[in-house]
Amino acid sequence: MSFRLEPREHASVGLKLTVSLAAGIVALLLVAIPVLSAGGSPIEAYGLMVQGAFGSMFALSETLNRATPLILTGLACAVAFRAKLWNIGAEGQLYIGALAAVCVGSGLLQLPPALMIPTVMIAGFLAGGLMMVIPTIIKQRFGADEVVITLLLNFVVILFIQMLVEGVLKDPLSMGWPQSVPLIAEAKLPKLLPRLRMHWGLIVGVVAALILWLMVRKTVLGFEIRAVGENKAAARFAGIPVDATMLKVALISGGLAGLAGVGEVAGVKGYLSADLSPGFGYSGIVVAMLAGLSPIGTVISAVFVAAVFVGADSMSRATGISSYIADLVVALSLLCVLVGSFFLRFRVKFERRQVGA
Amino acid sequence: MDALFDILGSANFWAAAIRIATPLIFGVLGALICERAGVLNLGIEGIFVAGAMAGWLAVYLGAGLWGGVLVAALAGALFGLLHAFLTVILGLSQHVSGIGITLLATSVSYFTYRTALPDVTSPPRIAAFQPLNIPGLSDLPFIGPALFQQTPLTFLALVFVVLVALVLYRTPLGLAIRAVGDNPASVEAQGLSVVGLRVGAVVAGSALMALGGAFLTMSAFDAFFFGMVNGRGWICIALVVFASWQPGKALLGALLFGAFDAFQIRLQAQIGQVVPGQVFLMLPYLLSIVALILVARRADYPRALLQPWTKGQRH
Repeated sequence: MSFRLEPREHASVGLKLTVSLAAGIVALLLVAIPVLSAGGSPIEAYGLMVQGAFGSMFALSETLNRATPLILTGLACAVAFRAKLWNIGAEGQLYIGALAAVCVGSGLLQLPPALMIPTVMIAGFLAGGLMMVIPTIIKQRFGADEVVITLLLNFVVILFIQMLVEGVLKDPLSMGWPQSVPLIAEAKLPKLLPRLRMHWGLIVGVVAALILWLMVRKTVLGFEIRAVGENKAAARFAGIPVDATMLKVALISGGLAGLAGVGEVAGVKGYLSADLSPGFGYSGIVVAMLAGLSPIGTVISAVFVAAVFVGADSMSRATGISSYIADLVVALSLLCVLVGSFFLRFRVKFERRQVGA
Repeated sequence: MDALFDILGSANFWAAAIRIATPLIFGVLGALICERAGVLNLGIEGIFVAGAMAGWLAVYLGAGLWGGVLVAALAGALFGLLHAFLTVILGLSQHVSGIGITLLATSVSYFTYRTALPDVTSPPRIAAFQPLNIPGLSDLPFIGPALFQQTPLTFLALVFVVLVALVLYRTPLGLAIRAVGDNPASVEAQGLSVVGLRVGAVVAGSALMALGGAFLTMSAFDAFFFGMVNGRGWICIALVVFASWQPGKALLGALLFGAFDAFQIRLQAQIGQVVPGQVFLMLPYLLSIVALILVARRADYPRALLQPWTKGQRH
């Protein structure tokens, strides 16, 4: 028996879903190897992870709380990658968004919550967006690759935030901890349910996904983004303003990552510190790829990735297996979905070789 | 101004510059070999971590120092093989695969470290490489301490600069590697294997990157810390462009970078009271960005970089 590869014209939604689902499952199965090598039982570990992520109302709230920034950074990557703009700087954009939230929301403006919350969100969106517009302009003007620049800017931004929370923004009442002055009560995002950490940022994330989904399908900008992503030269030839479209994508992408930062400050912590994000920006890349860059899919894959992290934390406490297992699952999911994308591009045809041929 | 001359006039400064440059020399050479063959390897950041962890752990578990270096190189080669399988053989996105390799190599290293040493609170140490004493050279006034009191890995890095340059420009293999990154169709027309050359280049380049990581835990420090690589891999990716994919310029770029970094550390000690420390720490990253912007327009990218190849392909 032999096989050959045939290029596919079009991959169906069902096939894409199957590939994403299979990637997650294969990643989880592969992680059985390190669990075994650490002396644990994979079945028990998976059970504890599911329980830790979904086993109670509290667990579910923690998972959705963790998914909230991941939805937004995932959308940030999804929209950029669709236009083949490689934004690897969501981590830095998240911090800049959070910084803008603190600048606007810690007493500079005194507005009722109905005005204050949108103001803080717009500030965070614009600041995060600007953080991506700059590398995009550099790419367009100087031809410098945005991948390396956005990656390096992440380190610059974190140091900048450290400098601020140890300096001008430092809370004098923080007992010496490097954290910023807190947001005023009017700027904080309300909790969704009493005594649970889930907050309105989750709704913002889901609504953003819906808006993006509509935008990609129904608007001129969505059409332009798809055209630029598929073939830049052809898009330019067809009269699409490629550079302007890229800048809009950059603003939206960075802005969404900025909103993730607003959510963490205004919904969870209440202040800015240099350990606000445990890599939400980088996980956003995985979330977007797992979702096949689909906005609605991003919400689902963000919950999956969040569940892996929350579940692994809880499993780690019970078994002593390192919680870095979650990072392993996430990294393997990305590589598995990448391998899966091979099957979206090609159809594998098996052929029985004829006798005597 | 006096401060400037004090810094530049101390042998200690030049020694530090070379020390800081060493992991970058390995990293830039590794990235250069991959890219010359047409493959961008963004796995570099994670491969640094893997090399740092694997080399250190091997020595900690009783392998000799050179055994540790070998283990680090093998770890790098293994992740390189995975990157090559995904990008060369399956022809998948080099960006996504590279980011995936970085995430995977980093998490495998952290998980292995935590699992091997569950109870440690402070990182255990090994007996790291010591500076070589080269008779005649190390004892020279100023020149000796400035240039010739480095650990063996630094000299190994310099040997590799010469070796990579010789192979790339003076051997048929080097010609084939350069051609495979510029015009793979011509290589296939010669009856050589595009896939084989690219896989080989990515594996070899990744092994070199891992040595950069190994230098951190086995020479610059004597322990493994989480987050110790801290963007060095990404800096190497920027430096390759700055070096226009040439080993000699790569050495120059890494040394300039090392000198700048050593300079900012010393400047920080002198004016650190006035300017927050983070400003100095930002400078290396900002410098890399500026370097990238300055050369980007003139950069002569390998023409087939990022382009997958299928056998018998016609343009």
